[in-house]
Formats: sequence, C-alpha cells, structure tokens
Amino acid sequence: MAAQIASGQTSSVELTQAHLDRIESVDTDVHAFLFVDSQGALAQAAAVDAKRAAGEKLSPLAGVPLALKDVMTQKGIPTTAGSKILEGWRPPYDSTVVVNLKKNDIVILGKTNMDEFAMGSSTENSAYGPTHNPWDLTRIPGGSGGGSSAALAAFEAPLAIGTDTGGSIRQPAAVTGTVGVKPTYGGVSRFGLIAFSSSLDQAGPCARTVLDAALLHEAIAGHDPKDSTSINAPVPQVVNAAKSGDVKGMKIGVVKELNGEGYQSGVRTRFDESLELLADAGAEIIEVSAPNFEYALAAYYLIAPSECSSNLARFDAMRYGLRVGDVDGASAESVMNLTREVGFGREVKRRIILGTYALSSGYYDAYYGSAQKVRTLITQDFNKAFEKCDVMVSPTCPTTAFKIGEKSNDPIAMYLNDIATIPVNMAGIGGMSLPAGLAPEDGLPVGFQIMAPAMQDQRMYLVGAALEAALLTKWGAPLLSLAPVLAGK
Amino acid sequence: MSSLSRDDVANLARLARIEMSEAELVSLSSEFTVILDAVARVQEVAGADVEPTSHPLPLRNVFRPDVVVASLTSGEALSGAPAQEESRFRVPQILGEE
Repeated sequence: MAAQIASGQTSSVELTQAHLDRIESVDTDVHAFLFVDSQGALAQAAAVDAKRAAGEKLSPLAGVPLALKDVMTQKGIPTTAGSKILEGWRPPYDSTVVVNLKKNDIVILGKTNMDEFAMGSSTENSAYGPTHNPWDLTRIPGGSGGGSSAALAAFEAPLAIGTDTGGSIRQPAAVTGTVGVKPTYGGVSRFGLIAFSSSLDQAGPCARTVLDAALLHEAIAGHDPKDSTSINAPVPQVVNAAKSGDVKGMKIGVVKELNGEGYQSGVRTRFDESLELLADAGAEIIEVSAPNFEYALAAYYLIAPSECSSNLARFDAMRYGLRVGDVDGASAESVMNLTREVGFGREVKRRIILGTYALSSGYYDAYYGSAQKVRTLITQDFNKAFEKCDVMVSPTCPTTAFKIGEKSNDPIAMYLNDIATIPVNMAGIGGMSLPAGLAPEDGLPVGFQIMAPAMQDQRMYLVGAALEAALLTKWGAPLLSLAPVLAGK
Repeated sequence: MSSLSRDDVANLARLARIEMSEAELVSLSSEFTVILDAVARVQEVAGADVEPTSHPLPLRNVFRPDVVVASLTSGEALSGAPAQEESRFRVPQILGEE
C-alpha cells in the first residue's frame, strides 16, 4: 500500500476513506473499534498527501492507516483501556508510540477494543462488549488485543498497535491468522501506555505480513527519555532481516516443554510442517529444554496481579475518570470504594484482590517472592537454551480460537491459553507469532511462535520471513484470502 | 490447600478500596481456593539459593538532564477532572470532622 501511495497510484486520502468505508460495512459484525476518528484520520491523510505533492521525503509507511489499541493515549481522543472507569476520558497528551506514528505520517483510524486494562485472552472482558473473530464470528479474536488483530483480519486496517504483557499481541495474532510481534522489553517506549504490569508490558507492531510488522516496528521503536526502562541502544535492524529471510545455518530450537500434551492435534500438525519448511530453507532444527517453563503461568498470575494492584490504585476518582457517590458529606474513601466497585469489571477486581493478597505481609515471601525466583529460573532456562540455538520456537497457543463464552466462567482454563507466550514476558525477550496455516479439524488459524534473545529482535524477522515465504509458495495465496465470513462484504 | 474466607476477601477489598456485594465476596472466595492452589506451585522450585528477579533490565537510577521542559498547563491537567474549583481538583472530604 505504501508503495502504491508513493508511486501515485492511490492517495492516502483514498486509502483512508476505503478503510473507513470498510469499518462502516463490517464493524457492526466484528466490533473491533471502540472509537473511529474519521475526521482526524482524513485530515492526517490529506496532510500526508500534501507533503508528498510538495516533494517532501517521507517515511516508508507514510499515509498508511493504522488501528490503535485503546490502551495507548492519543491527545484529545477517547481512551478507555476497555474500562468503564475511563469512559469519556480524553487524554491531554500523546503516548510516545503515537508521537512516533505521527512523526512517520502513519494515519490513525481509531481505537480498538481490548480486555479491560489488557487483562484477558479473549476480549470478552471489555466493558464495551466482545470483539468477534473474522474467521468465525461466534469465536474469540484472542486478547487482550483482540480488536487490533480482528481489525487486521477483517481488512479494516492494514497495520495495528498492540501491547503484550503475557501474550496479548501474539495470541490474538495466532487465532486471527495475522502477524504480531512483542519486541524486547524496553525496545518500544511505555510512556502513555496505561500500565497493567509495568515489568512485563511491552507495545509492539501487528500487521498482515512480516515485512509490514518490521516497518512498523522500526517506526515506533527507540530510546525515550520519558520512559526510564526504555533501552538506550540502536534499534535492531528488523526491516533488513524481514527483507532477507535468509536462515541458512541458523539453529532453531524447538522447546520440548511447549508441545505435545495439551496441544490440539491440528496445531501440532501445522507446527511440525513449519519446522520442515524451515529445515528445507537451510535452518538446523534442534530440540531444547526449558524445565522451569511449567511454572511460568503460576508465577505470572502472581507477578502481574501484584503489579496491577499497585498500578490501578491511580484510578481513585480524584483527578480523572469516573466518580461515583460524591454526595454532600461523603468521604473521599467512600467515593473511591463506590467508584471502583462500579468502574472495574469482574476480572480486574479479581486480579487486584489477588495481587493485594500476594503482596500482603505474611504472604509476600510465599507468593510474590517465590514468583520472582521463578522468573530468575525461566530467564536461566532461556539463557542456557540460547547457548545452543539462535531462536526458540513453539506453537503460539495450545488451541485455535474458542467460542465466545466458552471459558469465561473458568479463569484457570482461560489463563492456560497463554502458557506458551508468558515465558517470553517473564524474561523480557522478544516474541513473534505468524500464521502457520489452518488446523485441519476446524479450519481455524494456527500461530507459530519465534522467540529471540533480548535485543536480537532481527532474528525473529529472519525466521518469520523465511517461513512466511515458504508457506506462501505452498498455499499459493495469503492465508487471510481464505477467511470465509467476510468474503462477500 | 490454600483458601480465603469471605471475611479475608472482605478485608482485601477494603485494603484495595473496592466496595463489594455479599454475593461477590462469596463467589470470589470460592474462586480463590482454585486460583491459589494453581499459583502456589511457584513454591515448589523457589529455593533459598535462587535470587529473585523483579525486572528484566538491570537498570539503576536512570536520570535525564536537569533541564526545564514544557509540561501540561493547569487547564490541560484539569481537563479530565470529575470536579474542579478555582483551577484546582475538587475532591470529597478527606479528614474527619473532629
């Protein structure tokens, strides 16, 4: 699309209008967007077209539209993080990601639906209703960034931004047949990302191809003085890697513990097939072991709730957002209690209470303290495995997309969805999911996960590009061209 | 087996400043029995010889140059306030009467 704009075949305004029309026609079914900024997007597109007409040198993605996860602040645009407690709030500032998008002249179409405060794996926890998977509208689009991935799969946007705390970019990408990348922790600024679990949260690119993801990655990444945990080092050369796709001589480690039992048979079939294609492309496939990964899920559900119980204390009804019960004579404490009762959804309350417990005196060592030790062990597992291989791989999720409502009353079953994605966040390294085909038994997309050492993000793009090219040759057309539901629209 | 009683959950909800109905307290306390059992597994491998990790980056004291930069105006900062008075946030009563 960028090339078409650059060559003058189409304009950014035409492209933006076409996507706004598409949103108009399919989003009543998909519900990927919480807010569509038609006016702002068209104005931004017109400005890019004017710059181009004036002969200005523009970035590679200039004029291409994008869908922004509603956890990122954008000045003057409603930002809710999927929660009632922020309904109607218009941030007075841009997140650094948005600043970078605007700097690259990427057109922001609107804000996408998500699990409340990014807590969930299905987008069912949004206070504004679930998003539907474009492959089958009765199924979940993954979460927490289900709106962003569904917008891509439904051709409502060619690019999107997600955030990944335990898999919220990669799992939605897997179940919608799209590409999602969680960069190395600190690779993309968290300034203006509404915090869930600060030591795990990481924003990243979502797209329909590996190269598009790489271009978006380079546009948003880089050091930011406003985020003290942002890495002050050159951004990995991910675009070059995505263009090269040369995996000859690379060692790819299959994680023994993230395969086999508990993984759907069609997921395993497509995963094994992808390994063969990578071997054909010249990579060496070996097996690596990560014995402590089995404790990652348990540790995650202590660390993330602990951090969220602290982070979400800022929603106190005093400076912004919802305020309930502010009647004459009411105390600040009762207003806080009532506001947080009404403003937070069930999953958010569950995690705040769990985190409050895990951090409370007498239980701290047994829960939060032990979870932090598991985090060390997982990092050590990665370090040992990366001595033997360049990247590690696994299926992104144990299953394909499940039905909306199927797991909403069983928190543990829901949490198990993230079993293969969580270790990456615990160690702060990079992870990518790209489509590996459709599971034969249900015809739904399967995701292939690639994990690379910290600040070696380019390795994921090398392997991703190689696999994507091999699969495209095999299929003869992109996977998304097979998505049945919205084909007629 | 770990568990939390209805009263334990009520106490945690008070600490977390969330009002909760009786039904919610009871259902959360039963869910916590299952969740705590699942997460308690971390204790199996967390030996005394393992150093805890609180953060993926080994950063200490990150500073920026001590230079004045633009910040939000008071109008911008107050733009999302539930209530305001004389260019300040208006909040409910914080201290008791006496």
